[in-house]
Amino acid sequence: MNTTIIAITARALFGRRRFLLLIPLPALMVGLALLVRLLGADPKDWAQPVIIALGMAVVLPVVALVVGTGVLGSEIDDGTLAHVLAKPLPRSEIILSKLLVAVLVTAVTVCVPFFLVGLVAGSVSLGIGLVVGGLLGSLAYCSLFVALSLLTRRPVLVGLVYVLVWEGLLGNFLSGTRVLSIQQYVIEVADRVSRSDLISGNVSLAVSLAMSFVFVAGATLLAIDRLRSFSVVGETS
Amino acid sequence: MTTTVVSTPAPVATTAAVDLQGVSKWYGNVVAVNDVTMTLGAGVTGLLGPNGAGKTTVLHMMAGFLAPSRGTVTVHGQPTWRNPPVYSEIGIVSEREAVHGFLTGWEFVLASAKLHRLKDPAAATRRAIDLVEMDDAKDRRMETYSKGMRQRTRVAAALVHEPAVLLLDEPFNGMDPRQRMHMMDLLHAMGNEGRTVLFSSHILEEVEQVSGTVQVIVAGRLAASGDFRTIRRLMTTRPHVFTIQSSDNRKLAVALMAEDSVAGVELDAKAGLTVRAGDYGRFTRALPKIALSQRIRVQRLIPADESLESVFSYLVGA
Repeated sequence: MNTTIIAITARALFGRRRFLLLIPLPALMVGLALLVRLLGADPKDWAQPVIIALGMAVVLPVVALVVGTGVLGSEIDDGTLAHVLAKPLPRSEIILSKLLVAVLVTAVTVCVPFFLVGLVAGSVSLGIGLVVGGLLGSLAYCSLFVALSLLTRRPVLVGLVYVLVWEGLLGNFLSGTRVLSIQQYVIEVADRVSRSDLISGNVSLAVSLAMSFVFVAGATLLAIDRLRSFSVVGETS
Repeated sequence: MTTTVVSTPAPVATTAAVDLQGVSKWYGNVVAVNDVTMTLGAGVTGLLGPNGAGKTTVLHMMAGFLAPSRGTVTVHGQPTWRNPPVYSEIGIVSEREAVHGFLTGWEFVLASAKLHRLKDPAAATRRAIDLVEMDDAKDRRMETYSKGMRQRTRVAAALVHEPAVLLLDEPFNGMDPRQRMHMMDLLHAMGNEGRTVLFSSHILEEVEQVSGTVQVIVAGRLAASGDFRTIRRLMTTRPHVFTIQSSDNRKLAVALMAEDSVAGVELDAKAGLTVRAGDYGRFTRALPKIALSQRIRVQRLIPADESLESVFSYLVGA
């Protein structure tokens, strides 16, 4: 970890207008939960659409996408990454520092509203379950999206395809794809931790934890290796 | 195309700081750099070439920013590609001037010093900022800087760790004449301290003022290398074409034909005179004297083929 990189990455992230995109989605989720609660609806009826369909399928991955591609992808786009690359730093230090910022920012942005929604829906234990799931999701999604920044020139697009098409669409029809779905690991972990009957996982806890580890470790190692071989392209040749 | 070696480089006491052996770089079918071999020792060297010649590609390979498709690039014997520790010895000022605009000049250079793990980053930062004369503006955010100020701050960040090798891609772009002079002095000083300084430029005069040795690169190939003055002479003694407008074109044409340095004159009612001169210097010195003696007023004198490309293509053919 490198405090200089962490500090500059965080300042760059908060300074971008794109960061404001992070606010409406979690606010919408909490607002909806409060609204239906005030209207007297039974949590059993709205937990699935608000917590799973909105919170875990949209809020968590989209926030992670904005942040995860923001910490590295933006610097690749505008060329400022070259300043960091021209330093005698192990590439692992650069990636881990960037990843730490992404995970922390995503976790705070997602877990606070998750906890609030859990409270509104039923109990502190549900809130805690959602927070633990959110932490795992922040780590796994951010690792994936940081790596995507180095693997493709369009990380946001590829990330959206993964979240919307792979996890969102195919996950509903083809149960086999769930084994490669971070969203499913998050639901399973939140389910196990909260012991709430409002949410229920589709894959086993062992698979969830093992596959989360595979995602995080694999994506991080891949990102470090790609950064070692990163080509800085000039405006002219 | 063959490389014109116009003089053997002066022997360098230490081993070559930067060494390129048979380096090529291609993207698919496009060859950006073709079999370049060059050795840079202490002092300032200019990397001269027209836009698109491959200067940035060569610099980026030296900087470890690009992998050579073939050949080896080393700094003090260490490969630059996939070898971050080599950056302790290299400072890079790329042409792309992206910086985090929210940082002040001081913060930017200090971050560089910290990332180099210098013992006293603040002192190194102060020294580097003084060197580029950015002390007055160091506490302003870099987004408020002019292009030249940003450039100088980037130079400060690149030399904050006192690298043995400094690579600069078009460092004079966007600088006003005073800043340009200052940057030239700075590069001279760095060279005199025994550092290896390589800067790229597409402007002949810049290279002339800064460096004694030059590497000329044209269309991805090393076209000439060695002493600048010899290369400059090759460039200036080639035939030159001028168009002239004067108060009496016909009379001037007759007088010019008597001048040794003139190889041919063409008279055109609209365009005026087109003069082919064998020797740039002699012709440009002779013209005012001839005009004066013939009482002709020269209204316009335009060198017709002074584009760098034509200079380079002549040089490559030489």
